[in-house]
Amino acid sequence: MTEIAAHADLRSRAEAEAARLPALLARAERLAGAVLLGQHGRRRAGLGDDFWQYRPVQEGDQRRQVDWRRSARSDAEYVREREWQIAQTVMLWVDGAASMRFASAAALPEKADRAQLLALAVAIVLDRGGERVGLSGHALPPRRGKAQITRLAQMLGAPDTDADYAAPDARGLPSRARALFISDFFGDLDAVRSAVGAAADRGVGGVLLQVLDPAEEAFPYRGRAIFESVGGTLAHETLKANDLRDRYLERLAARKDALSDLCRAAGWQYVCHHTDASPQAALLHLYRLLGEGAR
Amino acid sequence: MTLGAIEFAAPWLLVALALLPLLWVLLRAVPPAPVRRRFPGVALLIGLRDEDSAADRTPWWLLLLRILALAAVIVAMAGPVLNPRHDVAAGDGRPLLIVLDASWASARDDRAARALLDGVLAETGREGRTAAILRLSDPDAPAFQAASAWRSRLSGLVPAPWAPTSEMMEAAAGMLPEGTFDTLWLSDGLAREGRAALLEALEARGRTVIREGAAPLLTLAPPRPEDGAIAVTAQRLFPGPAREIDVLAHGRDPAGAQRVLASLPLSFEEGAREATGALSLPSELRARLTRFEIAGQGHAGAVQLIGDALGRREVALIAGRDSREGLELLSPLHYLQRALRPTADLLGGTLMEVLPANPDAIVLADVATLSPDEAEGLRSWAEEGGTLVRFAGPRLAASDVSRRTEDPLMPVRLRAGGRSVGGAMSWGEPKSLAPFAEDSPFVGLDIPGDVTVTSQVMAQPDPTLAGRVIAQLGDGTPLVTRKRIGQGQVVLFHVTANAEWSSLPLSGLFVQMLERLSISDAGGVPAPGELAGTIWQPAEVLDGFGVLRSADTLPGVAGEALLEDALGPDLRPGLYEGEDRRIARNVMAEGDVLTAAAWPAGANVIGLERQAETPLMGWLLAAALLLLSADILASLGLSGRLLPARAGMVMAALMLLPDPSAAQDRPPEALAAEVTLAHVLTGDRALDDMAAAGLEGLGQTLFFRTTVEPASPQGVDLETDELAFFPLLYWPVTPTQTIPSDAAYARLNAYLRHGGMILFDTRDADIAGFGASSPNGAMLQRLAAPLDIPPLEPVPSDHVLTRGFYLLQDFPGRYSGRPVWVEAAPDAAEAAPGMPFRNLNDGVTPVVIGGNDWAAAWAVDANGNPQLPVGRGYAGERQREMAYRFGVNLVMHVLTGNYKSDQVHVPALLDRLGQ
Repeated sequence: MTEIAAHADLRSRAEAEAARLPALLARAERLAGAVLLGQHGRRRAGLGDDFWQYRPVQEGDQRRQVDWRRSARSDAEYVREREWQIAQTVMLWVDGAASMRFASAAALPEKADRAQLLALAVAIVLDRGGERVGLSGHALPPRRGKAQITRLAQMLGAPDTDADYAAPDARGLPSRARALFISDFFGDLDAVRSAVGAAADRGVGGVLLQVLDPAEEAFPYRGRAIFESVGGTLAHETLKANDLRDRYLERLAARKDALSDLCRAAGWQYVCHHTDASPQAALLHLYRLLGEGAR
Repeated sequence: MTLGAIEFAAPWLLVALALLPLLWVLLRAVPPAPVRRRFPGVALLIGLRDEDSAADRTPWWLLLLRILALAAVIVAMAGPVLNPRHDVAAGDGRPLLIVLDASWASARDDRAARALLDGVLAETGREGRTAAILRLSDPDAPAFQAASAWRSRLSGLVPAPWAPTSEMMEAAAGMLPEGTFDTLWLSDGLAREGRAALLEALEARGRTVIREGAAPLLTLAPPRPEDGAIAVTAQRLFPGPAREIDVLAHGRDPAGAQRVLASLPLSFEEGAREATGALSLPSELRARLTRFEIAGQGHAGAVQLIGDALGRREVALIAGRDSREGLELLSPLHYLQRALRPTADLLGGTLMEVLPANPDAIVLADVATLSPDEAEGLRSWAEEGGTLVRFAGPRLAASDVSRRTEDPLMPVRLRAGGRSVGGAMSWGEPKSLAPFAEDSPFVGLDIPGDVTVTSQVMAQPDPTLAGRVIAQLGDGTPLVTRKRIGQGQVVLFHVTANAEWSSLPLSGLFVQMLERLSISDAGGVPAPGELAGTIWQPAEVLDGFGVLRSADTLPGVAGEALLEDALGPDLRPGLYEGEDRRIARNVMAEGDVLTAAAWPAGANVIGLERQAETPLMGWLLAAALLLLSADILASLGLSGRLLPARAGMVMAALMLLPDPSAAQDRPPEALAAEVTLAHVLTGDRALDDMAAAGLEGLGQTLFFRTTVEPASPQGVDLETDELAFFPLLYWPVTPTQTIPSDAAYARLNAYLRHGGMILFDTRDADIAGFGASSPNGAMLQRLAAPLDIPPLEPVPSDHVLTRGFYLLQDFPGRYSGRPVWVEAAPDAAEAAPGMPFRNLNDGVTPVVIGGNDWAAAWAVDANGNPQLPVGRGYAGERQREMAYRFGVNLVMHVLTGNYKSDQVHVPALLDRLGQ
């Protein structure tokens, strides 16, 4: 009961976020390669609903393809062609590991909460644009429609692992699709590399969205402390936490640089988002990145 | 060791202060406990080493806090005392003898004396001297012991309720211990024999300091009956400025409990030693008095116990003839009984039965002849103080009693026959009473004008007659005569005791005269000789503070000693019970005078007051505890465990707790000024919000389309809110809501009876066919069971709800097509065409029950857009429109009653008018 309510809550908030953006027409990168029909034209003749052009009948055209009304106005016979419409597929992966269930202050949302919200908002925007959205790793095949959004909300709301850190799952990515990986990327960097590499190998482009808590950026700790991961598997004791700050920040910057380099090499985009920032800004950013070249 | 005004009991403990710097170093070396923090970024921390192996140091101010706390403990343990006292005697090691008067007069200063003793003993202990205490009122050979031992026994040293006698003083002087010692004498300030001798004996042994309390000593003398009132006298030891005191008269209330029955203010003139007042009390109250007490004195001298002196008299009533049955008002004793019963104990029976009971008074009503035994018994009884009251009557008038010679039991000789005036067969007017003479016991009583005498027996003129008349008629004939017999008296009323001969028994004067004769003119303390050979058992005794204590454990007291011996441990002030009466023995007897003690010129006499010494140990320990508490808070704060954020959240949550009284947030005037739709608060937040939003949407619709312009809807708490302002209550049913209380149902029923309407909405699309098989349906049945609801039926097609504003066929909400139930039309109403409703409640059905979830269909958000989808597409919006139309019809129905249904018939009516 409460789970359903929580899903409904997540969905309604995501709907509210999505309601503020115009429909996003994801960029159709590879016109030729994709086969599925969608609502937006590929600027070439093909299967679709909208008129594209009349052309003279050629060899091989069946008689019933002839547009008799047009042909009657002239001597030649014409075939009516329609614009080929196609839908883009966007696969999402949201980190469900324990490290995401962290908020440094009561007023801040957990990272997982923000990640799910952004993922679903993007999914809704894409769905409104006619795109197909799914979850990578064979979790949820890409589909369209409200039902898919509901399923997405349900699967996002259920934490899938108790492990401290999780790596992006690049399985089940259709080739030429686009992908959005949302995590704090504190886990194994090599796993991220291999996942992005595998995706890039299949012609999948996408975005790495790193969601961080402000405390993780600022490290405002002092004195003797034992730092534990949220899952409890890792611990680090220090006598003077304030001494660690600079070196921690260096490591964090190095991690960001590594992610950014990885994205540049694979043709992906890297975005860093903090939970104390507006999700609207992040959604706009994602919209711009995923919708780039759409028109 | 002394440090300014501070002295230490154990100064060597202060050496421990030298350890504090060492502790500073130690504390500084120990790092604070680590804090466990959740931090996902720990993955980036793994492998980092601390550059500085030393721990983060404890901040200096926290160290200072701890050091201060420890220093406070050390100093406290050293036993510091502020303003230590050194005023007893020089500290040359001599033992100290403390002599206490410990009399009732000491009780007034007991608190100050106790404080003084406590301080003196503490100081003696500090100086290492021994001490002993000698109580003069209960002398006991003093033994020098450690001062602390005496200090712990101080609370047992209470003042005695008597004063030390000269024998006791002599005994005390003989008990003085050997050797030299200093003496502190706490005196009560009263002059007493033997003081000088004892002082001499004490001064021979060492220095003697006498301390006397300066509190004024007020005592109460025994109250005396005087002119029908009670004279109360208080005296004081030192004549001083004018002063007002209150004397409280304690007694039993009718239930038998002790309480203050009256209060008498007395005022001492400036310089006067005595103050006197008179307390006038009704006889009933007076008979119940137990003691007098000066308010706020708190010693035995300010209390006067009352034995039988003011108590009730026993009166025997004897009639001369047997009363005829049933003639109550003609009974010669009727008026006597009525007059005496409130103030006296009445005895009945024959004279010979009554006499052994030794009553205070015997009334003979029209008794003429007495047998020689009776006459002799009466005479001896009267000589011992009895009051014989005789009333005349036909029998006495017809007899020869006291005719030729004066009967010993008659005050006068009587003439034969008597006289009758003012009757049908006689001349003259009925006679009235003459004013009472100065020497009459009745002097001062008001004579009512309607007291008349028509018949009386006449006294023979006699040389002694004039002295015996105590009341006479206007023409000078005696009405009441009196003669002394030994210690007693005989009184003759020359009229009957009933109303046959005069109206005197009917008047209040009769009662007052009887009181003067038999109630107040008796009593008093018996002579000491009377008590010889008797044993009196103490019933209650006073302690030194003037509080009555039970005396179960005390032995009896011989009668001779009771009244004459001086008070002491064997004869305490209190109430003593004999066979038939109680005698009070008080500290202050009649005629006792307070005299201040006169000390020799060389004596060292000072007051009890002194500068208080203050032990600082407790304060220092408390300060150390405070400091340690602050240290706990500071440590928690430093390590981040004080959790201010969470605490703040708890505070915020507490502040955000819904205030149940705020449910009806608008004043009644505002509610009454505008049409307000209301919904019942179910306790389910989402449901209540939906109901409010639904009524808001309906209100907007009404506003736009009709002349009904409702105010914003109101949530109603059935338990607290007044319902009268709301034409319509929307009641969404949920299985989780609580059943209202009986009082709430009573108000709901009143609301329904006075034209209110409740719209029950089970919100379950009526899936169970309006039964109890759905949870909401079952809940509806339970909610509505105590309500006064008439029989229901589904809305008939000609119901006014279908045509109040819009023409409607059904009443959809978010669900549609389900029947809606309203009050059933009565069978008889069918006959009247067009008026299918009873004219009850102005034709408005008190309840509408359905399950179509109307509020959800009506609900709008803040922008006025529908909150929830209804149905699908255009058909759904049409359904929402119908839902609004149902709401409009419903509100119209509520507000206009059957007006709309009458409108249907307007054409027909006009048609008829035209004809």
